[in-house]
Amino acid sequence: MARAVSNQRKAINTAVAWIIALLIFFPILWTILTSFKTEAEAIADPPSFLFFNWTLDNYTTVQARSDYFGHFWNSVVISVGSTILGLIIAIPSAWAMAFVPGKQTKNVLMWMLSTKMLPPVGVLVPIYLIFRDVGLLDTRFGLVIVLMLINLPIIIWMLYSYFREIPGEILEAARMDGAGLRSEILYVLTPMAVPGIASTLLLNIILAWNEAFWTLTLTAANSAPLTAFIASYSSPEGLFYAKLSAASTMAIAPILIMGWFSQKQLVRGLTFGAVK
Amino acid sequence: MTDPGRNPGADLGGDMATQHSRSAARVMIAPSVILLLLWMLVPLGMTIYFSLLRYNLLMPGANPFIGFENYAYFLTDPAFQAAIWNTLILVAGVLFITVVGGILIALLLDQPMWGQGLVRILVISPFFVMPTVSALVWKNMFMNPVNGLFAHLFEFIGLQPFDFLSQAPLASIIGIVSWQWLPFATLILLTAMQSLDSEQIEAAEMDGASPFSRFWYIVLPHLSRAITVVILIQTIFLLSIFAEIFVTTAGGPGTASTNLTFLIYLESLQRFDVGTASAGGVVAIILANIVAIFLMRMIGKNLDA
Amino acid sequence: MGQITLEKVTKSFGDVEVIPPLDLTIEDGEFCVFVGPSGCGKSTLLRLIAGLEDISSGAIKIDGSDASDVPPAKRGLAMVFQSYALYPHMSVRKNIAFPMKMAGVSQDEQNRRIESAAKALNLTDYLERRPGQLSGGQRQRVAIGRAIVREPAAFLFDEPLSNLDAALRVGMRLEISELHERLKTTMIYVTHDQVEAMTMADKIVVLRAGNIEQVGSPLDLYKHPRNLFVAGFIGSPKMNLIEGEAAARHDAKTIGIRPEHIEVTEAGEWQGRVGVAEHLGSDTFLHVHDTGLTDILTVRSTGEMGLRHGDCVSLSPRHDQIHRFDASGLRMA
Repeated sequence: MARAVSNQRKAINTAVAWIIALLIFFPILWTILTSFKTEAEAIADPPSFLFFNWTLDNYTTVQARSDYFGHFWNSVVISVGSTILGLIIAIPSAWAMAFVPGKQTKNVLMWMLSTKMLPPVGVLVPIYLIFRDVGLLDTRFGLVIVLMLINLPIIIWMLYSYFREIPGEILEAARMDGAGLRSEILYVLTPMAVPGIASTLLLNIILAWNEAFWTLTLTAANSAPLTAFIASYSSPEGLFYAKLSAASTMAIAPILIMGWFSQKQLVRGLTFGAVK
Repeated sequence: MTDPGRNPGADLGGDMATQHSRSAARVMIAPSVILLLLWMLVPLGMTIYFSLLRYNLLMPGANPFIGFENYAYFLTDPAFQAAIWNTLILVAGVLFITVVGGILIALLLDQPMWGQGLVRILVISPFFVMPTVSALVWKNMFMNPVNGLFAHLFEFIGLQPFDFLSQAPLASIIGIVSWQWLPFATLILLTAMQSLDSEQIEAAEMDGASPFSRFWYIVLPHLSRAITVVILIQTIFLLSIFAEIFVTTAGGPGTASTNLTFLIYLESLQRFDVGTASAGGVVAIILANIVAIFLMRMIGKNLDA
Repeated sequence: MGQITLEKVTKSFGDVEVIPPLDLTIEDGEFCVFVGPSGCGKSTLLRLIAGLEDISSGAIKIDGSDASDVPPAKRGLAMVFQSYALYPHMSVRKNIAFPMKMAGVSQDEQNRRIESAAKALNLTDYLERRPGQLSGGQRQRVAIGRAIVREPAAFLFDEPLSNLDAALRVGMRLEISELHERLKTTMIYVTHDQVEAMTMADKIVVLRAGNIEQVGSPLDLYKHPRNLFVAGFIGSPKMNLIEGEAAARHDAKTIGIRPEHIEVTEAGEWQGRVGVAEHLGSDTFLHVHDTGLTDILTVRSTGEMGLRHGDCVSLSPRHDQIHRFDASGLRMA
């Protein structure tokens, strides 16, 4: 039972927690604020926090100069495409391992996770050369394949941990109730599996959206998603904070909002159900 | 009887599954196993093969077999030793900061307060920021010695501006990466903390345990599983930190912030020395496997429940 | 109709035989309870009858026709699971309707049966809720409702009350007994709780390690346990089992005497010292030490018994109520 805590104590907790939370969040907040400043105000000394001339110019400039939406679309195609392709391959696999476990199931799962331990840089050269030779370099399709493969073990583990929580007695009850294979899948299993599949989808889109090894090494102008697009801001030194901020804000906003909605499933999903 | 969901009695091993459902299951598992096997073996084989050749993309022509020369070259390169150290310091530093910081913040957030939901959202946010964005934002808007916020702050309190990325490059990168992963550790540890039965804490209180001993003997052991998970998942990602180095220091100055991943990237896609990069790749794989064996043991033990 | 006959039924998992050849008949309309300690095979036996597991050999007959290879849904049996196994994504109404939907019952008929089951089970106000919003007892009723609407030949209950708290358990026990009186349908009920078995059953089947130890009415088992296992398992508090000299005097290896068949008297046959005395109001249970017979002798006495810890007592067993067992544990005539 939660014990009554004095309001004073609660007020102190609240104050300390909010200060720490705002400190952690501050770089994001600062980026968003800066994106609405002029370049001059962005580097003003002392920096202005809220009292500056708010402007949307940076956003229009970023789009006009560098085709932000093209890169945004690349990110969408690559992250959603690789996740859905991964789900199509992973669902039957996780399904079978959860419901028809054999003696090797545990080892197979462990082996799959261990492929995640393979450092990407260890296979960078061959993948780069293969992609160059078959013309996949700097294509969205090529990245969809690679990101699908690197996230496949995680997708399978997540799905497996969700499927395993569907109690066996429910399936038996359905069979006693006269459900055949088709109705069992249609009316009982699918509705029960959908929440797990949905959060796996969400979490892997986030992971793929933010992936920044293969997207940086295998893309150039054509297929660069937002990760690579933003990285291009690192080269020229100069006064571009406001535009960098606008581009950054646009790059993180969709996934940040998605992340806020998925934070409940985040822990359960990313720890494969080990922490709930 | 092709029903894949036919065997709910998982605890009875595979005895109840019919032969038929068993082979159906194999068919369903096959695509992912084959894909991952190919993904592992083909590039791995090629990496090993290339590592034994003199092979530079800038020097077309024959790629003669040279045995372990690339390995000798890579392993004796002073940059390699530096990269190994930097990799270890980076992983260990970030793990230490995020686990300790995560526990402290989780303890705080576990207290009764107003607006806890909003606080959670603020704290978790950095996790969703893509590495290139967070690295660039920190590099320019905070750590820049002229226009960065830290420079302004130092000036304000009367200190010399500090050029973080050239004077303490590795520490700065550790800071940036920790900022990205602290939310993850915090959220997992907080979730684990909230699953602790409050009666256990009350029992310890009745037994006369001080707040510190309650934390040390009850809370911390309860968190051990969650800490294991945090370490495992973070290590997988931290061993291959790349983008943060790529956009901030490019490994420098010198090799001061070059980790193994970045060093091999330099060999392959900057110097186009496929042979040496492949030898480096094999070394990275071996090192990762050593770490993996430890980790797998740890989770094997801790996740069995 | 719902007569169920098992003929030489066996079940093995791999090399492990959990049910050795077993014969049993459950008559139509009977309330039959399988009882035994955990791991005795009672749940496996129920699942074999349900068809959730295949028998290794032998035959299961329902109303005389062989059902050994009939899939579970076609056997005309309904099952209530230990975890209730409600479909979490369906409302109570949809849960109850599911078996009828699978069987293709008309919508009107479905509604009619749902309404009447809901009324009988006090679920009318909850029909639109999800199982997650219900208490344990209510979920239990939904599971029963889902079974009733199928109008099965027999109901199978797999430890249905073990997830409920003690007060609710007594209530549900009465409700299930009531249901049986009303429907007169065959019920097979698995439990490890001998009180449930005694209070509900027409016929009790005591199982140990897959073997039937004894079959009979509750009182039959209570009065004439066939062996030491049944003697010790049925009855609460347990029967006192005494070996040694006292048993030898009755020409037995072991003698058993129930607590209510020992009287506290002035100058009895046995002497001892009272340990714990449990005063229930209606009765007093005395746990008597130092009798030289067994560690602790349990005696049931009247509610007004004023004995306390440490008092010396003198006890007389009723000789006509002594059960005698031979060296192999079997009851002697």
